[in-house]
Amino acid sequence: MTKLNARIPEGPLAEKWTSYKAGQKLVNPANKRKLDIIVVGTGLAGASAAASLGELGFNVKAFCYQDSPRRAHSIAAQGGINAAKNYPNDGDSVYRLYYDTIKGGDYRAREANVYRLAEVSGSIIDQCVAQGVPFAREYGGLLDNRSFGGAQVSRTFYARGQTGQQLLLGAYSAMMRQVNAGTVKLFPRTEMLDIVLVEGKARGIITRNLVTGKIERHFGHAVVIATGGYGRAFYLSTNAMGSNGSAVWQVYKRGALFANPSFVQIHPTCIPVHGDYQSKLTLMSESLRNDGRIWVPKKKEDVEALSEGRIVPKDIAEDDRDYYLERRYPAFGNLVPRDVASRAAKERCDAGFGVGSGLAVYLDFQESIQRLGKHVIEERYGNLFQMYEKIVDENPYETPMMIYPAIHYCMGGVWVDYELMTTIPGLFSLGECNFSDHGANRLGASALMQGLADGYFILPYTIQNYLASEILTPRMPTTLPEFGEAESHIRERLDKLMQIKGSQSVDQIHRKFGLLLWELVGMARNKEGLNKAVKEFAMLREEFWKDVRIPGGAEEMNPELEKAARVADFIETGELMARDALQREESCGGHFREEYQTPEGEASRNDDDFMFVAAWEYTGTGKEPVLHKEALHYESIKVQTRNYKI
Amino acid sequence: MDFTLKIWRQENASAKGRFETYKVTGISSDCSFLEMLDILNQQLIDKFEIPVCFDHDCREGICGACSLYINGRPHGPDSAVTACQLHMRKFKDGDTIIVEPWRARPFPVIKDLVVDRSSFDRIIEAGGYVSINTGGVPDANTIPIPRANAETAMDAAACIGCGACVAACKNASAMLFVAAKVSQFAMLPQGRVEAKERVMRMVAKMDELGFGNCTNTGACEAECPKQISLSHIARLNREYLSARVL
Ligand SMILES: Cc1cc2nc3c(=O)[nH]c(=O)nc-3n(C[C@H](O)[C@H](O)[C@H](O)COP(=O)(O)OP(=O)(O)OC[C@H]3O[C@@H](n4cnc5c(N)ncnc54)[C@H](O)[C@@H]3O)c2cc1C
Ligand code: SF4
Ligand code: FES
Repeated sequence: MTKLNARIPEGPLAEKWTSYKAGQKLVNPANKRKLDIIVVGTGLAGASAAASLGELGFNVKAFCYQDSPRRAHSIAAQGGINAAKNYPNDGDSVYRLYYDTIKGGDYRAREANVYRLAEVSGSIIDQCVAQGVPFAREYGGLLDNRSFGGAQVSRTFYARGQTGQQLLLGAYSAMMRQVNAGTVKLFPRTEMLDIVLVEGKARGIITRNLVTGKIERHFGHAVVIATGGYGRAFYLSTNAMGSNGSAVWQVYKRGALFANPSFVQIHPTCIPVHGDYQSKLTLMSESLRNDGRIWVPKKKEDVEALSEGRIVPKDIAEDDRDYYLERRYPAFGNLVPRDVASRAAKERCDAGFGVGSGLAVYLDFQESIQRLGKHVIEERYGNLFQMYEKIVDENPYETPMMIYPAIHYCMGGVWVDYELMTTIPGLFSLGECNFSDHGANRLGASALMQGLADGYFILPYTIQNYLASEILTPRMPTTLPEFGEAESHIRERLDKLMQIKGSQSVDQIHRKFGLLLWELVGMARNKEGLNKAVKEFAMLREEFWKDVRIPGGAEEMNPELEKAARVADFIETGELMARDALQREESCGGHFREEYQTPEGEASRNDDDFMFVAAWEYTGTGKEPVLHKEALHYESIKVQTRNYKI
Repeated sequence: MDFTLKIWRQENASAKGRFETYKVTGISSDCSFLEMLDILNQQLIDKFEIPVCFDHDCREGICGACSLYINGRPHGPDSAVTACQLHMRKFKDGDTIIVEPWRARPFPVIKDLVVDRSSFDRIIEAGGYVSINTGGVPDANTIPIPRANAETAMDAAACIGCGACVAACKNASAMLFVAAKVSQFAMLPQGRVEAKERVMRMVAKMDELGFGNCTNTGACEAECPKQISLSHIARLNREYLSARVL
């Protein structure tokens, strides 16, 4: 197990990061200019890293598949970003944010990384304000905070319902300033298709120009991937259409370990599926649960009458409504963490109490409107209500919203050590595509915090500790055989895809696969289903490679080809997700194994046997991967069972 | 619902484009416009024809990727939404719908309905930022900002960079887009420091890239999916004039 050394600095938890920085190696300014860094991804993590590295004087090349870096999927985040500023004076602290994150992650995250995250969180807000991010403010002119996702303190900063957009535009602007300064070179509409290793170290990438189809080689002394999550594997998710897990999958195939692939987050408040033509699901911010009450009818007759249109929700008497979260979790009520809220919705729908298509529950604002007035609700959630009405064609001020859980976020990702370096030297991973901070369940408003922490305040330090030993490495020509090998590997793969000329479109196969993944490796998992998934996905992989149909050519703009390469990777990723879920014989966070639950249906964690990070090593397509375990230790927090009842 | 679609097809930047006519049938009124195009593309793939290319990503109105000129209007007939948020219930059964790319010289067509909007990135690159490095900044609450100013800044900052304003403008002016950025920073103390250089550089870049002049027709505001107000253009003009005077 020599492979996994998290390289956590010695010393007390609260001093680790300070002592790391004091002892790490740095690169002097004259040498920075001689070093090239490739950053794949321009979301919060990638853009903040590219900007910061450029400012330090490194030569940065930044890649994204969209036409502009400003469109990375971070743009879609609505709710907010956490930071332990304690501005409201309500008892927050670095320790409390760390504590909540570890507990929320169900004790499956790495303590030292999480503590550091909480420690730098305050600087993120300072940085963003200095950039001109228009956060919400109080009448006195100071920053406003709200409570989010059931936190007992108000530590969430926000910019209306567009926090991700504003933070991303801040990072994008900082990066564009470096483009202007000449330290960052942009490659939009460019997709990374493989990583190049020279003598075991990451030294470059192979890309495809999405406009011309041209395959290109790029050298870097180090490579950073910040390519986001793989939630689109499920086909329907809250992720963008182009979100993918391909960069992660490529580096996995080249030797980086993939940690906790089965840890995905299912968000409880999304607009339900309304038709089989549907292409994606829309998130309704979690903040709605602060004022909305979730319920389904108590009586089956009412469920029937609703579905036949004989009654409307308003006709159901208060006593005939089952506010099941308030009933099951009196202490937290509608504000229980996401995993708990999602499972409870599924439980009610599976029991036959779902509304709408049967796979939906009500999120009702009547009580809040009566208590606070319509204008208050409008001020708080106006844009969300409007968005809901545009999509569903129903007015949520009058009739309750319908919601259902959907895939939203991936806690799993590339295994990284304390320095955010993967098991491939010189390859770093940031943001959602690494695994490190959220354990088995992520708390609301923590992904934005993590992405920016990684990019602004962690990687710019830790990458220097690696690059300090690379100052004598000259730029390598991309004519090296290693680049040639990687390029021909890619060319063969694309040729093969183009030549299949089968009968099913990429979307048809993806949809089929997504449904299976949702059913077998979704909100509730069991041994039988997971074994079936491993087999089915292997079959589907073969079906895909025999029967997919990609019109057009490879040397032109061809979205079908782009999708095909991503879906091929998703299917293989699904197989690994199933294996990981199978291996983890416990329920924790977003991972719920039906065999491991308490008599009341709550998750039953097994710390004796599973308090580890499962990091998988690739051994060949269709071959069983090797499991490495990183044991987790908690020095500064007592490991407890999560309890949201009392 | 059934529709006849007349869609602009163009193989690549140098090819000559043309309209092609397609029929789609049995479309649900709850279907989004882009989902309707997905259905069309599936039909084309079934026939081994080349699907229609269009930009899209988030499909919830925030990334600014989608850029369809529908029946003569950027983002189509519904107001305050992007094309990806447009639903087929806004059309009548049997309608003929014309779909084109953004038409503006600084946005050349790449393929079918996809255009090159990198000129927007060039404008931001010229000055759409506050010139500070990571780290070493004051505490976030050091400078209180009147709430109303922060709200106005946010109104402007809501721009998604879609380019509908340019497509709507008979002069292909990018004034609304540029004004949104200039105005956001002009309203905040952090942005005031470089306000003059910023407005000069961004406007100069916009002109250099071939965007036209603003003649105050207001088509941009009417078509902007984020309802960015013309008042930001007024603010840009004030900023620009005062920068020139000094
Ligand atoms: C609808 C929604 C709402 C959310 N709300 C919140 C919230 O309120 N608070 C919160 O904390 N979190 C929220 N999240 C989660 C959070 O937004 C994401 O986890 C986070 O933004 C991810 O940032 P990232 O930088 O890691 O990746 P992304 O922003 O996804 O960026 C990925 C980048 O990688 C590029 N890329 C991907 N693959 C390739 C490739 N092969 N080649 C080249 N480039 C590639 C893309 O072009 C893009 O630039 C939300 C997520 C969603 C989907
Ligand atoms: S100002 Fe409006 S129309 Fe123009 S780019 Fe911004 S959001 Fe789009
Ligand atoms: S696809 Fe993102 S705004 Fe339309």
